[in-house]
Amino acid sequence: MSFELNGTTYETDDDGYLTDLDSWSEEVANYLAEQEGIDMTEAHWEVVNFLRDYYQEYNIAPAIKILIKEMKKMFGPEKGNSAYLYDLYPAGPALQACKIAGLPKPTGCV
Amino acid sequence: MADTAAEQHEEEVLTDQDIVTGAKEPKPKAGDVKAPELTGRIEIPKLEEGVMGWSKPHAAKPDTMEEMGFPPGLVDNWEEVAVKKLGELLEKYKSLQVYMDICVRCGSCTDKCQFFLGSRDPRNMPVARADLLRKVYKRYFTTEGKLFGKLAGAAKFDLALLGEWYSYFHQCSQCRRCSVFCPYGIDTAEISMAAREIMDQIGIGQKYVNTIIVKLHEIGNNLGMNPKALKATLESTEEDIEEEDGVPVKLPVDKVGAEVLLVTPSADFFASPHVESLIGYAKVFHQAGTDWTLSSTASEAGNFGMFIGNYDHMQRAAMRIRKAIEELKPKRLIVGECGHAWRIAYSFWNTIIGPLDGSVGLKLEYPRPQHICEFTKDLLDRGAIKLDKSANDEFVPTFHDSCNVARASRMGDLPGGQFEIPRALIKAACNRYVEMEEETIREKTFCCGGGGGLLSDEILDVRVQGAMPRMQAYQNVKESHGVNFLGLICAICKAQFTKVVPKYGVPMIEVGGVHQLIGRAIELGAKE
Repeated sequence: MSFELNGTTYETDDDGYLTDLDSWSEEVANYLAEQEGIDMTEAHWEVVNFLRDYYQEYNIAPAIKILIKEMKKMFGPEKGNSAYLYDLYPAGPALQACKIAGLPKPTGCV
Repeated sequence: MADTAAEQHEEEVLTDQDIVTGAKEPKPKAGDVKAPELTGRIEIPKLEEGVMGWSKPHAAKPDTMEEMGFPPGLVDNWEEVAVKKLGELLEKYKSLQVYMDICVRCGSCTDKCQFFLGSRDPRNMPVARADLLRKVYKRYFTTEGKLFGKLAGAAKFDLALLGEWYSYFHQCSQCRRCSVFCPYGIDTAEISMAAREIMDQIGIGQKYVNTIIVKLHEIGNNLGMNPKALKATLESTEEDIEEEDGVPVKLPVDKVGAEVLLVTPSADFFASPHVESLIGYAKVFHQAGTDWTLSSTASEAGNFGMFIGNYDHMQRAAMRIRKAIEELKPKRLIVGECGHAWRIAYSFWNTIIGPLDGSVGLKLEYPRPQHICEFTKDLLDRGAIKLDKSANDEFVPTFHDSCNVARASRMGDLPGGQFEIPRALIKAACNRYVEMEEETIREKTFCCGGGGGLLSDEILDVRVQGAMPRMQAYQNVKESHGVNFLGLICAICKAQFTKVVPKYGVPMIEVGGVHQLIGRAIELGAKE
């Protein structure tokens, strides 16, 4: 599968996740977010940027607890929880946040 | 113009493989998937034949297939290859031959499958599913089928039938509930495994399962979590426990000479609520003073080789565990909360990677392998750990028996231990406990709807439908007794239920592990 955005073709897997991490840009993220019905706020970007940084270092998305711990640091204790994460990304961090961040879809029993 | 028209025409041409796997058909969006209505009881639905025929999982990519030793795509002479493979399987597994011959159409199985009850599609009746393979068997392997064809229940293996295989053998979670009710014990799981094995051999594989098997071979777990990421994740979990409880509970990895090697599903490292059970195991080991370790190379108990009926892949994946035993030299081998892994560990490890005995340094006085629930239960019985039930007073729990634990294994040294031990743990950790309807638990348990390799989002409809009977039983005890916690000992069940319970109006927070409850209730610190 693939999609076109401003004259460039982006390859994706069957579920619409970018196959090339490096083809990602903020423009692409905005497009993917729009497809998911998400309006990217600063908080959304913080999550996406953390996911990308973590992936660059570990070659996998962070465990959910690590992401939430980081959110605690970014947004304070009252927003460092999974309820707030699901407020930002209602379909869940794996389905939506990873997709918008250009990461592959997590596999396994998750 | 001519070129453009030709190109357009070319785009519309579907290959045989596209037709079989529905590759060009749109997949439903997760948000649009609706749950069947709960009526208050589990009853035989009004039939709608073929209504789920459209559902097809993503097909595995050519490179994945080749890495697994399968053809990259549907081979030209697929009918011939499939029949030859079926012949080999019939020869190798006498059980399969018996299941093909022995069905007397008594109808006992027809209303026992959660995918039938949830989808209303009679093609999801176990006998109908088995017949997809049986009619091919009859056509190519029996005299009456060769002579009388359709009259004898035989059918030529054509593209349309292969398409039905791809749809309906991916609406079976291999949970074996139907076989409990079959007077002959026909095991539809084995039939579905054989069918998937045949499909792989002709070049048609399922993406979710096959991608994960390749990842497991390459990296050591289903997630693809490399040792560096695993170690960082475990360190972070240690910090979380210490911050929460003020006790330095450790999650050791690759510790040579530790008494216990724990093999657990990798989702325990990564996902919620799975990680809460990992924390529970760690606290149990800590408080019991048990020297234990995880392995960064055998960081997966799960083994999807079973789901595709491929014993070579199952054995290759399990061999990582044998290697870890040889390297880390534990005395005991314990398995975390994972349903199908426990079936493989309990029923297959000894033959495919064994013997698991003194020859690999394991102590004979312990079960090899041992389930984490049995380990914890033994500590409780001996008073080696103590639980404070009031820590779980906010919960009214029930227990969902996971299919592979319930119907394909045992636990402890008494018959039915696989049912009673997890229940005993919940009751030891909580003041209240409520059982769901008798017809939906223990050996008659319904599958969560996501087992057997169905845990993939493009077939979420199937998963939501398959969860219907369990959700009905849960909803009933929720209404009658205020139940608000669905206790589990399976990573697939945990992932499946957290995803599908919201479709039934239940918050995902009500889904959790048995050791999650233990972890909350355990009294840490100095012993009296």
